[in-house]
Amino acid sequence: MFLHALQEHFGFISKDAVEWTASKLGLQPINVHELVTFYPMFRQEPLGRHQIKVCRTLSCALAGAHQVRTFFCKRVGLDPHKHGPQTTSDGHYTVEFVECLASCGTAPVVMVNETFHEQVTVEKAEQILAGCRAT
Amino acid sequence: MPQEHRLILKHADAPGYTPDVECYTRHGGYEALRKALAMIPRDLPDGKKMSPQEQIREDVKLSGLRGRGGAGFSCGIKWSLVDRRSGKPIYLICNADESEPGTFKDRQILHKDPHQLIEGMIISCWANDVKLAYIYIRGEFPAGAKILNHALKEARARGFLGKNILGAGYDLEIHVHRGAGAYICGEETGLIESLEGKRAYPRIKPPYFPAVLGLYMCPTIVNNVETLCAVKHIVSMGGADYARLGTPNNTGTRIVSLSGDVKRPGYYEVEVGKASVGELIFHENFGQGLREGRRLKAIIPGGSSSKVLKAGEKFKLKRKPPDGQMVATDVDLLDLPYDFDSLQSAGTMSGSGAIIVLDDTRSMVDTLSNVSEFYAHESCGQCTPCREGSLWMSKALDRLSNGQGRKQDADYLLHIAQNIQGRTICAFGEACAWPVLSFVKKFKDEFETRGAEQEAARAGAGTAGGASGQ
Repeated sequence: MFLHALQEHFGFISKDAVEWTASKLGLQPINVHELVTFYPMFRQEPLGRHQIKVCRTLSCALAGAHQVRTFFCKRVGLDPHKHGPQTTSDGHYTVEFVECLASCGTAPVVMVNETFHEQVTVEKAEQILAGCRAT
Repeated sequence: MPQEHRLILKHADAPGYTPDVECYTRHGGYEALRKALAMIPRDLPDGKKMSPQEQIREDVKLSGLRGRGGAGFSCGIKWSLVDRRSGKPIYLICNADESEPGTFKDRQILHKDPHQLIEGMIISCWANDVKLAYIYIRGEFPAGAKILNHALKEARARGFLGKNILGAGYDLEIHVHRGAGAYICGEETGLIESLEGKRAYPRIKPPYFPAVLGLYMCPTIVNNVETLCAVKHIVSMGGADYARLGTPNNTGTRIVSLSGDVKRPGYYEVEVGKASVGELIFHENFGQGLREGRRLKAIIPGGSSSKVLKAGEKFKLKRKPPDGQMVATDVDLLDLPYDFDSLQSAGTMSGSGAIIVLDDTRSMVDTLSNVSEFYAHESCGQCTPCREGSLWMSKALDRLSNGQGRKQDADYLLHIAQNIQGRTICAFGEACAWPVLSFVKKFKDEFETRGAEQEAARAGAGTAGGASGQ
């Protein structure tokens, strides 16, 4: 709860935030740091303003998730062959593969920040990017 | 004709149905809770009295309800194992960490009909003397968490939740806890650790059975979203009537998540065992078959950790006709009733009720590589065989997928998988080993051919390179 709130506010959980949290809760910093490193949704560095998470898991992969991620990477100038989250140098976009988003019936699915998109084709991905640029 | 039987999803997709409390009560919502709270002690033949709470627990046992999260364990028995004499508080946790690949049923309930879950939870808590309950929802459902929190607020305002519920003198509070993207939090003891604010390292059983030593070392019940919703219907219609739905030992309705290579993927609520695997894939009321010109190759029947079934496989199924002896019959994969027991007889499981269909254009090597990458990413890292083994398997499969494989990789994969299963604290070991064991055993040719071809190609390239260098 606490870490979610910190991340929502700052966009990531810094070393200072970890130490501050630990002191407030009477814990050692390691007890908080080990949570930040364990849970994939907690970030240790700032990411892009629009975080594009493409589901990689089986049903989405069968429906073309790899093409969708490659499209996003190329369109915003990132290397589709690299693993892990990548952020554009202007800090606008982060593109990454994530594991199952539990909407396999409408694969492939993509989450942009907290907004959920279903049955994403390349055309739809183009619209999603247009939507990002507008905000 | 096989068709849907919507009990839990009766209203969810109806036009104009909204997740707010007014809409829910307009459709008969919270009547089951009123009914439960108004029950009176029943006199037993021996002169003792059975409290309303005991009556509900008995009714849930009578209903035959089996957990909808994955293991299919009897809900009534789970509740009966709770230590009620310890003097410690009893907690109830709703497991809304839906994350088994292929599964997307709880999402529908959480987003479209949250009050049904809340009503099911309140009744379950009341029947088990629980005063504090949690909904552990996965981090990737931010909208779902908001909807739930709003619904809980509405329920409190209406007197369904909080102090002195509906004037019956019963107090209950429910809190929503958001996860943060770790699959292992769906394992009940991992979930409990996570809820306590720690890494979700599953606990060893014994001694840490949640029914005795669960959340904060107190007796705890962990039930899936769909299971708790079913409790509401059991109270509404009575356990005996609920047990008439479905088939013996596989009672009630179940939401099947269908995805992969079918024309109409989606979620279908059916009476358990009344539709066969083939009907779910091919019937016009469900998946409507494969795309033009494609043939069935395999299905993953119960979430990606269940063992794969190959098209054309035959299974020995034991059946007992109403009037006779148990007889074993040969059943084709497509005629297998989709229920807990039949899939277990077929050597796999119905798990979370998620079917992923694979057609003949799919490579089993690449499919397994995808599945194994998931498990390598999600292993919590507590037990060495799983932490290391899941990664080895994933690396070997990645090699095979990308032209660097060897013929012996098939046996290498089996060797690793066999050394993971049964050697870990939680069932994740099996979850990552079973897909590998079943894919490689049932499609061994495909794995060996792929490896052998890649070896030959490399050898060829090596000779050619050597020749040109001379």
